[in-house]
Amino acid sequence: MSPREPRATVPVTIDGQEVDAVEGETILSLARRVGVPIPTLCYLDGLSVHGGCRLCSVEVDGDPRLRLACATPVWQDMDIRTSTWDLQEHRRRIIELLFAEGNHICATCVSSGACELQDLAATNRVDHIHYELSYADEGVDASHPKYVLDRDRCVKCTRCVRVCAEVEGASVWEIAERGGGSRLVAEMDVPWGEASSCTWCGKCVLVCPTGALSFKGRGVGEMRHDAEVVAFLSRARNEGEWVNRTDEEVPS
Amino acid sequence: MSGSTDDKLRLATVWLGGCSGCHMSFLDLDEKLFGLAERVDVVFGPLTDVKVFPEDVDLTLVEGAVANEDNLELAHQLRANSRVVVSFGDCAVTGNVTSLRNRLGEPDELLQRVYGDAPDLAGQVPRSVVPALLPTVQPLHEVIPIDVYLPGCPPSAERIGRALELLLDALEAGEGLPDLTGRGPDDLRFG
Repeated sequence: MSPREPRATVPVTIDGQEVDAVEGETILSLARRVGVPIPTLCYLDGLSVHGGCRLCSVEVDGDPRLRLACATPVWQDMDIRTSTWDLQEHRRRIIELLFAEGNHICATCVSSGACELQDLAATNRVDHIHYELSYADEGVDASHPKYVLDRDRCVKCTRCVRVCAEVEGASVWEIAERGGGSRLVAEMDVPWGEASSCTWCGKCVLVCPTGALSFKGRGVGEMRHDAEVVAFLSRARNEGEWVNRTDEEVPS
Repeated sequence: MSGSTDDKLRLATVWLGGCSGCHMSFLDLDEKLFGLAERVDVVFGPLTDVKVFPEDVDLTLVEGAVANEDNLELAHQLRANSRVVVSFGDCAVTGNVTSLRNRLGEPDELLQRVYGDAPDLAGQVPRSVVPALLPTVQPLHEVIPIDVYLPGCPPSAERIGRALELLLDALEAGEGLPDLTGRGPDDLRFG
């Protein structure tokens, strides 16, 4: 590990709790360090910040607009509120819109029971969808020999896009079009199985928060992702800490 | 408080466009059903032989999405005659599996595809006796106002039991309805 200067700390208040933040760290990093839960979806340790899902929005005293916890560095005497009623309602509306936009029928999904969207709905107290559901029908791309893409379950978090470009270095994935018409595409919108740049590494599948990307052959509730693999790889490469994750979990 | 002669609350359960799995899960309350029977009269549902939805029902659990004309009519009847309506299970709450047909086109096309084009059915499409399909399957709250949502496919017996207890406590005490959403993921989860 390369030696580093210890960074200065700045006083910050988060949900009424006075804490010392590390200068330059994000609100999300601070919140996780001091045990304040902030929901996230597109954010993933080890990848660049996307700031697309807006679930981690927080209120900062004196600031008229919401700030993204994942993308906003702390400043001195910042007064952050992470779970006001308005924020909770804001997050519920986002989650409901994600459900309404796709075709997220948990009962028929490979990832049911291990899905971040399903978990977010439960933990943010979404008990039904206020919006009219779109019953999207983008179809399934099962052209890859090992993996399956179900675009109707894609929340466009771009974790797969980023992990493929930033960690694997293959850049197979991209989001095509804009707004409601945007969709995940392989290369220049070819069937995944024909994407010659795909190395079959499967990292996109591991980081997918929903059932959009899965291992071929998984039945309902049988898919298990492993998004933490990216934090492990990032730590290993950037800080030289090749800590075997399996060893970490074995009780001594 | 209730319309019942012996002061028990009147409970109805309704089976719209669903697989009956939520009712099966309800029956999985097992021995707790005895306790429930001491608190409520079951006045309507697949487990009774009552043909018309009765008046003055205190609590109605509705399984299933609104898929056909009968579902729609019954939904309006049960709303008019129930104090508290629970959207019971994912089909009622989101449309769920029942709504998968929504992306397959108009009901006529769908019926033609399933029945008309089937090799063994000599082109017979069911049109009499069975109720006509609605253009799209809808979650219950798009048709009638809902008081309580109880998602799950199906909701576990434990989830149903805890919800019923809270709801019956509130109804017996004449209190406002409990908020079932803040009780943790075990009590609130799609799928």
